[in-house]
Amino acid sequence: MSDAPRPWPPAGSALVTGASRGIGAAIARGLAADGWQVGVNYNSRSQDAQAVVAEIEQSGGSAVVIQGDVSSPQAPDAIFGALEDHFGLPVLALVNNAGISRDNLAPSLTDEEWGDVIDTNLTAPFRFTRRALRGMMRARTGRIVNIASVVGLRANPGQSNYGAAKAGLIQFTRTAAVEVARRGVTINAVAPGWIDTDMTAGVNPELLAAVPAKRAGTADEVAACVRFLLSEQAGYVTGAVLAVDGGLGA
Amino acid sequence: MSAVSKEQVQERVVEALASFGPDADQITPEATFEELDIDSLDLVELAQIIEDEYGVVLKGDDMKELKTVGDAVDLITARAA
Repeated sequence: MSDAPRPWPPAGSALVTGASRGIGAAIARGLAADGWQVGVNYNSRSQDAQAVVAEIEQSGGSAVVIQGDVSSPQAPDAIFGALEDHFGLPVLALVNNAGISRDNLAPSLTDEEWGDVIDTNLTAPFRFTRRALRGMMRARTGRIVNIASVVGLRANPGQSNYGAAKAGLIQFTRTAAVEVARRGVTINAVAPGWIDTDMTAGVNPELLAAVPAKRAGTADEVAACVRFLLSEQAGYVTGAVLAVDGGLGA
Repeated sequence: MSAVSKEQVQERVVEALASFGPDADQITPEATFEELDIDSLDLVELAQIIEDEYGVVLKGDDMKELKTVGDAVDLITARAA
């Protein structure tokens, strides 16, 4: 399609939602190391987000913090606008990482617990993807990675809302990927299993016995997969779900 | 918003459609999208270009009614007036 080889990363920036800590922070650091100019989105943890940016800058990378609650319908325009203004570049890589959990058994799950998780973990990635595709389709290149979960593939009691959102995110990923594939845009999902982060801190460690690898994964191990999917070499990988779970979903 | 001429719209529509595959000289006002192999994703992208550049919002229903390049140019020109 293209007449001349394009540089990689392309002349665009990368946005990582929910990047103040955990998996999102590891992804932001990794993409900056790969040469992307990174937008570090956060909702409430301003100091943590600023620390991620400071660390990236100390390593010679380029990043900026962008506050915004991804579940707001106005968030995509506001966050993309801020990032595009700051770097003067379109967003050509998007990692929908921000997520929440509101665990409860289905018989007692409240509408609010259901709705909050669907809004943040499914509707927000849809809106961010829609916003990102405008520029990516025109640029004839782009990379989107949605952070799903093994819980979207395999039942985990207490997480019917989270599992439903992540399963929905996986199928949204596949369908949108097929729709835009011929524009040079890839959309993939990464499905982490048990990763050592604040989100899994309260979980019963006995559950680790079910993980074939017999250990928790690290945020950097998830970030490594995202970095691959955002690389030039991954241009023919689209609509895929890459599990990073020590074999839990196998 | 200032009005744009039909010629300007025509030129921009042809440029956009050509970027989707067909040769520019095939893109006449009488040519149908079907003949040009312009599909629904192409029409979505065309609508977004028109929205970004002329502030004219074309919805899915608007696009479904369009059969030829000339239909699209006429609609956009009328809405942008």
